[in-house]
Amino acid sequence: MIAIINYGLGNLTSILNMFRRIGADAVITSDPAEIAAADKLLLPGVGHFKTGMETLRSSGLVDVLEKEVFEKKKPILGICLGAQLMTKHSEEGDVAGLGWVDARTRKFDASRLSELKIPHMAWSDVSFVDSNPLWTDLPADPRFYHVHSYHFDFEDSADVSATARYGYDFVTAFHRGNIYGTQFHPEKSHKFGMKVLENFAKL
Amino acid sequence: MVRKRIIPVLLLNEGGLYKTVEFKKASYVGDPINTVKIFNEKEVDELVILDFQASKQGRGIDFAKITEIAGEAFMPMAYGGGIKTFEDAKKVIDAGFEKVVLNSILFSEPLLARKIADVYGEQSVIGAMDVKKNLFGKYGVYSHSGTVKTGETPVEWAKKLAELGAGEIVVNSIDKDGTWSGYDEGLIRQVSSAVGVPVIACGGAGSLEDLKKGIQAGASAVAAGSLFIYQKKGMGVLISFPSTLRV
Repeated sequence: MIAIINYGLGNLTSILNMFRRIGADAVITSDPAEIAAADKLLLPGVGHFKTGMETLRSSGLVDVLEKEVFEKKKPILGICLGAQLMTKHSEEGDVAGLGWVDARTRKFDASRLSELKIPHMAWSDVSFVDSNPLWTDLPADPRFYHVHSYHFDFEDSADVSATARYGYDFVTAFHRGNIYGTQFHPEKSHKFGMKVLENFAKL
Repeated sequence: MVRKRIIPVLLLNEGGLYKTVEFKKASYVGDPINTVKIFNEKEVDELVILDFQASKQGRGIDFAKITEIAGEAFMPMAYGGGIKTFEDAKKVIDAGFEKVVLNSILFSEPLLARKIADVYGEQSVIGAMDVKKNLFGKYGVYSHSGTVKTGETPVEWAKKLAELGAGEIVVNSIDKDGTWSGYDEGLIRQVSSAVGVPVIACGGAGSLEDLKKGIQAGASAVAAGSLFIYQKKGMGVLISFPSTLRV
């Protein structure tokens, strides 16, 4: 059972729809008991980092999640804002994140984008840079839907598992032990995203 | 190279899909679920579903239908038509759409866009405007499916929409709708150079070349109805989608 964490933000239905299509058992929940009973976790999220962090903290679920992720080592996948929240800090609202990975969340550098507009809202080709199990058997020429104004900035490249280009190369996915994050939206990325979620469900 | 989004726009009305010409003469296209399934198989970049008569007829949102549609689509999805309150928008987003399209309502409830953007982010709010040229060649913005003249010009209204919280703006030319004669490039150029948010060109695209011209005129993404729905101008329904557009 995959617990899609409901802390009030995110495309929860889309993620659930895709897990259903794959045939994976998933539930949208904010119940600590249900989260503890799940064998995998998914942290979604769209919107403002500060709002996201405040909402997650006030949901009272941070302790529950940290116990599941760090003590029980359950695989967790953060999507978009959900993945950004796993970093130490974001320039969006200048607030601290969960700090689960050695990265910060920074605004796209407009001076390096020339005529490209922020947010980066597009299907982008993704280059995979490690043996992240989520990339197993991806269909050819994988492209993923992105919508974001901020991106990950990693202190060292060990946890970086995919990059994409928008004006410049940025990190669009990471992987550290049982913690996974994607800036792109697998639940909105056709067969490419479906494969990623299927791989996550099979972990 | 950056992939540019190509977006089919589907017009929903009382459970069926239709296509208009110049916002009139709505012809039945088919069943929405079936059509969305085909677009999903063709891996389209994004879909916009508009219940195009909802505001004009004062109808509510067909939540059962749009929930069913969202369940068949694994791409970004926007819905517009009859969204009057934050609660409406929330229910649309909870149904599996990540963007809501606001048009007529913003003339009476301009603060609705910000209210939605504050919770879901500006990228989840599309401000749409329908534009018609008058006899003297001046552009005007119309609401309620092109039936109400608002007195706004496209450039001023686009700036206002961005200020109100719209993360994207759809500029739809009423004169070009369903004509296969290409976008109103002058209109697209005016609006996209006036605002910092992405502009989606809509109305008139009849070929791949037209889509490219829309991008060259400054649009960040290009939308079309007829081009993806019909075989050719005046011919039968044939759902199609170009594999990719890189500009």
